[in-house]
Amino acid sequence: MSTAALVQCRSVGKIFGGGRGQVTALENVSLDVAEGEFVTIVGASGCGKSTLLRAIGGLETHSSGDILVEGRAVQGPGSDRAMVFQNYSLYPWLSVADNIRFTRCLSAHTRDRTSSSVEAALGRAEALIRLMGLSHVREAHPNQLSGGMQQRVAIARALLSRPRILLMDEPFGALDAQTREVMHDLILHVSELERSTVIFVTHDVEEAIYLGKRVVLMAPRPGRIDSVYEVPLPAHRSQEMKQDPIFLRLRTQILDRIRETAGMKTDLDLLRKLSGAAAGTLG
Amino acid sequence: MPPSPPSTHTGSTPGRPRGQGLRALWTIRAPISPRSYWALAGLGLLLPLAAWTLLASFGAINKVFLPGPLDVLVRLGHWWSEDDLAGDIGISVYRVVAGWALSALIALPLGLYIGTFRSVQALLEPLTDFIRYMPAVAFIPLVMLWIGIDERSKVAIIFIGTFFQMVLMVAEDMRRVPTAQIEAAQTMGATRGEILEKVILASAKPALLDTLRITMGWAWTYLVVAELVAANSGLGYAIVKAQRFLQTDKIFAGILLIGAIGLAIDQAFRLVHRLAFPWLHARSGL
Repeated sequence: MSTAALVQCRSVGKIFGGGRGQVTALENVSLDVAEGEFVTIVGASGCGKSTLLRAIGGLETHSSGDILVEGRAVQGPGSDRAMVFQNYSLYPWLSVADNIRFTRCLSAHTRDRTSSSVEAALGRAEALIRLMGLSHVREAHPNQLSGGMQQRVAIARALLSRPRILLMDEPFGALDAQTREVMHDLILHVSELERSTVIFVTHDVEEAIYLGKRVVLMAPRPGRIDSVYEVPLPAHRSQEMKQDPIFLRLRTQILDRIRETAGMKTDLDLLRKLSGAAAGTLG
Repeated sequence: MPPSPPSTHTGSTPGRPRGQGLRALWTIRAPISPRSYWALAGLGLLLPLAAWTLLASFGAINKVFLPGPLDVLVRLGHWWSEDDLAGDIGISVYRVVAGWALSALIALPLGLYIGTFRSVQALLEPLTDFIRYMPAVAFIPLVMLWIGIDERSKVAIIFIGTFFQMVLMVAEDMRRVPTAQIEAAQTMGATRGEILEKVILASAKPALLDTLRITMGWAWTYLVVAELVAANSGLGYAIVKAQRFLQTDKIFAGILLIGAIGLAIDQAFRLVHRLAFPWLHARSGL
């Protein structure tokens, strides 16, 4: 086997628009993700984390550099890179089970179909329904489910055809805190079982540390990789680790760095100066 | 000051009020019981009828200006027994449905492409926007010149009145399909054709049925205009003819009949909507 990483981004650049309204969304982004790795990307809004993920997924073109998956340049979306979105991606007219089996009705998966592969796929759909705790709602429609249950369906659907990489774009961003914790342990459990390679974008630093083997911090204007943190916690995570001093220290470190890159430190300074000046005029 | 006992707060319980009194009916966006709904709907229809009856029975207004409900009913009876009301209804329904169906036949695929591909949108949408502002009535002389004065010309007027609005509404329905639904299919390896058929079209179906229902209403409003074109039958024609003889009761009868047919068709569409898309109407029980 070659030692090359599964996903290789080499000085990827992305420019939106043209002329004076031109925005550099990504500049010189280089990132390798190894097979089986769980990488999280955090950063202030506008840092290009979603753009990078979508470029890897082929949903967005990049202006310069290369994105290679299994050594081949990415050209448009494909079933080897399944994506889980924040919301509105399920098909409301299909039942939970049919949503999860949706891939089976696409020609990409039926071209070389044999009866045994159909059986295997149906078995896999059943296994995923059970694994995700969806057995009791398998015939329900998505609009009858809570946000957390909907995201379980979305994850199961993305996993059905055994993608090489699972791309997750703030998948738990719309969920409440309790549901999110449950989903964290679920996705860790599933990715361990499936030995999935996951690239996970979030704005929640705690989520990024808890899930990621590595945390990639991106900075805005222009969107770029600022720093990468190895998470020095055991591979098998549990909720108590969130109280671990290592975890807390890393969280503070990353949060501070995000504030710096977003220019929030200077805003705070400015606020202090302004309020000082106001106090001066009042006094 | 002693705390006031809770009994002084009757009727002002926080949260959702229980269906009692007028307060429940005046709570913003609060649901009302089916009984209240149907009672109010009946009231909404009966009140104008009562007002009309009263106004006409006082005799203060000349029957030429305002015939009573009974006069209209009598006229309707005559129309049925002597003037082939059934035939008028039949031909009018045929013209409206034909014009509307023809426009749906073209608007659905065209709207799908306008709403899905920016290139087709750029090519056709400004043109459609331009034409839809043109008054359908003004096309009558052209339609007579180009098509003639037979059935096809009436269908053509209804088509002209309906089609251009319908295309834009269909395109909008397609554009409203959430991008995440499309992109999810793309990352599952769906081809362009599969996304058109299995995602965009499937997702837009409920909205499309609503668009068809609404444009059916518009098609009916063009009926009288269409039957100005050398017609000798139909509800619209009957209204125009009655105008010539100052048969106000027949004008009333024709207008009310068109309203009743429209209401029936609208309800039929809603029923089909409930039957075809049960998941939209299902109660969350999980």
